[in-house]
Amino acid sequence: MSGFQSNNAVIKWVEHRMPIFSFLDHSVGSGYPSPRNLSYLWNFGSLAGITLVIMILTGILLAMQYTAHVDYAFESVERIMRDVNYGWLIRYIHMNGGSFFFIVVYIHIFRGLYYGSYKAPRELLWMLGVVILLLMMATAFMGYVLPWGQMSFWGAKVITNLFSAVPIFGEQIVVWLWGGFTVDNPTLNRFFALHYLMPFIIVGVVILHIWALHRFGSNNPIGIDTKGPQDSIPFHPYYTVKDAFGLGVFLLVLAAVVFYAPNYMGHPDNYIPANPLSTPAHIVPEWYFLPFYAILRSIPDKLMGVIAMFGSIAILFVLPWLDRSPVRSGRFRPLFRLFFVLFMVDAVVLGYAGSQPAEGAWLRIAQVATAYYFIHFLVILPLLSVFETPKPLPTSISEPVLKGGGGSMAGAPAKPMEKA
Amino acid sequence: MRKGLIFGFAALAAVSTGALFNTNSAKAAGEAIALPQLEWSFEGMFGTYDRASLQRGLQVYREVCSGCHSLDYIAFRNLADLGYSEDEIKAMAAEVSVVDGPNDEGEMFEREGRPSDYFPAPFPNPQAAAFANGGAIPPDLSLMAKARADGPNYLHALMIGYVDPPADFELAEGSNYNAYFPGHQIAMAAPLFEDAVEYADGTPATVDQMATDLAHFFMWTAEPKLEERKGMGIKVLIFLLVFCGVLYAAKRKVWADVH
Repeated sequence: MSGFQSNNAVIKWVEHRMPIFSFLDHSVGSGYPSPRNLSYLWNFGSLAGITLVIMILTGILLAMQYTAHVDYAFESVERIMRDVNYGWLIRYIHMNGGSFFFIVVYIHIFRGLYYGSYKAPRELLWMLGVVILLLMMATAFMGYVLPWGQMSFWGAKVITNLFSAVPIFGEQIVVWLWGGFTVDNPTLNRFFALHYLMPFIIVGVVILHIWALHRFGSNNPIGIDTKGPQDSIPFHPYYTVKDAFGLGVFLLVLAAVVFYAPNYMGHPDNYIPANPLSTPAHIVPEWYFLPFYAILRSIPDKLMGVIAMFGSIAILFVLPWLDRSPVRSGRFRPLFRLFFVLFMVDAVVLGYAGSQPAEGAWLRIAQVATAYYFIHFLVILPLLSVFETPKPLPTSISEPVLKGGGGSMAGAPAKPMEKA
Repeated sequence: MRKGLIFGFAALAAVSTGALFNTNSAKAAGEAIALPQLEWSFEGMFGTYDRASLQRGLQVYREVCSGCHSLDYIAFRNLADLGYSEDEIKAMAAEVSVVDGPNDEGEMFEREGRPSDYFPAPFPNPQAAAFANGGAIPPDLSLMAKARADGPNYLHALMIGYVDPPADFELAEGSNYNAYFPGHQIAMAAPLFEDAVEYADGTPATVDQMATDLAHFFMWTAEPKLEERKGMGIKVLIFLLVFCGVLYAAKRKVWADVH
């Protein structure tokens, strides 16, 4: 661990026995060289980490006041809103923080998709990210059940029932998940226990994610490797201050929603206590699940629907081997860019279709969008890697970034990168 | 190009939020006709409750609604928010009798209500409520303004929505026509009529006035911390704006030698 120096006697004493300061310096300090050309889209990784911390802190405070029992859960949440000091603030931060966590992570993922951050040598980094996404989804789903409102209850019922599609053991699996013969007190209890546990598992995988990241460092908007010291700058102070500014803007948006539209992203039905005898007119999940919900419902067969839904995320695991183009950044891939935009539109269409009743035109649209989702990964990306002619790549990061880099860029060899 | 992409992501986010918003309004429109949109004092960044309206709404609730609808999450002590003094609250609480106990002899006993008591429910259990109301359970009203899309406007509309049904409308036995209720058939009979209450402050008690005051009151019962929330929000946003400015300046300074 070279490079780290301190004159502080205490730091030196600790560092000698446990080199934690040089470890930090190499992780997020001046000892971690980063590409000099990272755009603001690279803020969303650290932002996701900070959001996770916000969620854990507010969640622990809420858990001190919450009662995980079908007879008291709804009431205890209202007690938090009314009688606990600043309980309304903590709960609204946690409730909206969940949505913002997904906004941040989705932007983080789409950034990775566009700039080819999943390509060699960062495949494992990408796959760990997909694991985090799956864990987040499970955690968010179980968290939404805890207030024990109508959508909590019926959402839990619909989602747990999906497992009944498993051949032979389906019914037994569902009973095992419920801890009874319907969604009831045992279900609520275990969901609370798991909702408290899983964020810490996420923290563990995040540490692995960062570990894998630091092996080769961040990808960058140009998508070519750093070739020397002129291409990189130390993480601290450059990216610490940039991340801090991004965090400020993020908090500004979060605060605007928490203080002025705290229930905007929620569903009114969840302010009605859970009632197993009355089904809501439309059972809709939280907005961040809508695209996957649309995929699930677009396939008439239950088992195939479940497989397609899980498959839509599982496919991300093998993405590094579906897109075989050696060029990472979409900036140099004109056709890929076009299809990337189409894919983003497809995701939004799926989300909207998921919010509509699964019938008529919207069902038809959801089916087309679902098909396109898989075609994008299974057909378009593999074909593009063969048939697309990428634009010439700059020879190094510092060339187009440094002032006057435009001139030397013209002198760079203007040959498209050979296919590997 | 980089800015273009960031803009693209922002646009995507905006489109998604827009879609979300459309979903909500589409849902509302699909289930009922457009609701009359009132101007509420609690809307907007500096919104506050209108104390006089809240007190009138409380009066209508106590004299009209409370016969069938509970208000489980409101205690008499909470009425301080409406501008009542401690003595007034004590007097209001004393009007109800509460079953307490067991006492030292193991017996339950009745006593005068205290400010710490919650509003008494009209029925001892859901079965009794259903039996007394032809099978329909009158829902608790504490959270109603948040449990319906566009809550305050919906509650106001529902109260003024008891009109004559269209000629070809078939009304089921025991239900009433309401222009704004989803499906138009509601078990609750028209609760408000002209001068159903005599307002303590002399405001003419028209159906629309009472409906407005009730909806205002129920917004408070659903979101009693709204004023505290909005007041704190302004301070937080101003702080964060300044903080972002400082951070941006710091970023510019640190990055000056890179660009």
